[in-house]
Amino acid sequence: MFAEFLQYLFTGITIGATYALIALGFTLIYNASHVINFAQGEFLMIGGMATVSLTAMGVPMVLAIILAVLLAGVLGILLQRFAIAPAKQADVVTLIIITIGASIFIRGLAQLVWGKEYHVMQNFSSDEPIRIFGAVLNSQSLWVLGIGAILVVGLVLFFTRTLIGKAILATSMNKEAARLVGIRTQLVLMLAFLVSAVLGSVAGVVVAPITFTSYDIGIMLGLKGFVAAAIGGLGSGIGAVVGGLLLGVVEAMAAGYISSDYKDAVAFSMILVVLFFMPRGLFGAKVVERV
Amino acid sequence: MLKTILRRTGQVAAIAAAGLVMSAQAAEPIKIGSFLSVTGPASFLGDPELKTLEMYVEKINEDGGVLGRPLELIHYDDVGNASNARNFASRLIRSDRVDIIVGGSTTGATMAAVPLVEQAKVPFISLAGAVVITNPVKKWVFKTPQTDRMAAERILTDMKDRGITRFGLISGTGGFGSSGRTQTLDVVEQMGMEVVADVTYSGSDTDMTAQLTNIRNTDGVEAVLNFGFGQGPAIVTRNYAQLGMELPFYQSHGVASDSFLELAGDAAEGVRLPASPLLVPDSLPDDDPQKQVVQDYKAEYEARWDSKVSTFGAYAYDGLMLAVQAIEAAGSTDKEAVREALENIQGYVGVTGVFNMSPEDHNGLEADSFRILEVQNGEWKLIN
Repeated sequence: MFAEFLQYLFTGITIGATYALIALGFTLIYNASHVINFAQGEFLMIGGMATVSLTAMGVPMVLAIILAVLLAGVLGILLQRFAIAPAKQADVVTLIIITIGASIFIRGLAQLVWGKEYHVMQNFSSDEPIRIFGAVLNSQSLWVLGIGAILVVGLVLFFTRTLIGKAILATSMNKEAARLVGIRTQLVLMLAFLVSAVLGSVAGVVVAPITFTSYDIGIMLGLKGFVAAAIGGLGSGIGAVVGGLLLGVVEAMAAGYISSDYKDAVAFSMILVVLFFMPRGLFGAKVVERV
Repeated sequence: MLKTILRRTGQVAAIAAAGLVMSAQAAEPIKIGSFLSVTGPASFLGDPELKTLEMYVEKINEDGGVLGRPLELIHYDDVGNASNARNFASRLIRSDRVDIIVGGSTTGATMAAVPLVEQAKVPFISLAGAVVITNPVKKWVFKTPQTDRMAAERILTDMKDRGITRFGLISGTGGFGSSGRTQTLDVVEQMGMEVVADVTYSGSDTDMTAQLTNIRNTDGVEAVLNFGFGQGPAIVTRNYAQLGMELPFYQSHGVASDSFLELAGDAAEGVRLPASPLLVPDSLPDDDPQKQVVQDYKAEYEARWDSKVSTFGAYAYDGLMLAVQAIEAAGSTDKEAVREALENIQGYVGVTGVFNMSPEDHNGLEADSFRILEVQNGEWKLIN
């Protein structure tokens, strides 16, 4: 009985950690620009696919991962420079639509370059699962959790201890005021895209051994990441992490105890409930309208 | 400058047209129409199917054609979309005036075209799987692949041979998985077996450990069957191995391809599934009537296209050969005569199986045409 519960919990936390990393990417760009970047799932796909194709060409795994993350980062900058920046004065909804277009474009390119097949990636360490109290844990899950935790701590330090991080925060709070004190807001925006592309691609690389990877893996994972970000309260870092883990665990529990048919339905009704009682999400910022 | 080019093009066109008219007078070609999902989400079906049709039409023409007339292949790409399929079927019938249609990569595309061919009275050989295509029997519609019902029968028979009567079922929620689930539940009753756990997963799920744990904790489970398509079954297989589950594990014919072995890796060891003999051409016993056909098709396809042969292309091979055989037997392209000849084909040895058509059975295959394979040391091994 306990083993069963533990098994569902492990499954939920692993997939939840992935959702959390994607949700963090959404949060970052949302904070800097109030844009919801629907190409976030594509960064994830680029990370996994580029790593797989580079290792297939004989590049050592570690180098392949670094190159793949760099590629995603460059793509993030290009996306901001050539798709978002030219439409500076447009309102947020327009920018969101641009990111949807960009995601379809990137997916199309990936399909041409890498084909439509699913690809396998080796586990980082052993293939042997770990047994704890009768439940099993894929060793790759530990990598997902560990790297996820490092990234979250890294992000917190980046935003609280570095000048660039503070500049991003300042821009998100008040763009005009930030520009007045000498922050180059366009540069900040570009940085936000870069960091969130890096986050997304790292998530893509660490989960690829569990989920496989293909040109369209980003659609569903990206959507779930967005749901996690919305549950946690868009714009909140802790919210993204908690939202992601919560979503993953609820999904796994629903599949195990209720019925796998209703797994997604339970996850999505959870958003309805959360947003109904807390319209800004679990950790959303309080908005005070000054009159 | 432009004028001369135009004039020259005109001359070339005129000569070409004259050539066409002359050869047409020599022997009116037999028109074989086809609509396939060559691109789009079902391109893994349509692409090898089209390649097979093109290659064998060419080959038959080199050998002198059928009834002394060359074959002409007229094909359209429905992009996996049923309403396109309907339009193209209509164009094949009305404006191309084809003698027979061999096509329809997916069940959706096939069923969209069925009312048209029934009304226009054109023989139609479908390359899609579901049982609804030929059951109930439609006068003008035939099909070459086995049904998912046969796959279920074949798997359950193998289980019974091993003394298994109670098993857990895990299926995808997509069209293939859910139809397979329905058929399995239906066959289970007839065979006096029992499904003790029945769980599902959706196509984009990335972890099925929870569902498998559920099956594992059910009392009296003796085996597990997964009916699904795409990457899902490969993930199920990996999770199965991670959980250390030791029960006999069956997959459906939906994953009977080498890419499944590649995705599932070591986890696939010991998995059994029903499949076309095309996966194990060399392990077939010498007295197997299909051995020669299967080996030839594989060799010819791989030599010509430099890519791996697929079970789906074999459906098109059988479809084309059945059409040719029917036209030869009918001695003309008269549609009613060809239809009747198709219905009476007995003992045609194809790549998919041995076809015995009848007015009650427009598929003509037995569940036995599936071979049970097991993965051993990363390769397919013929069990029976």
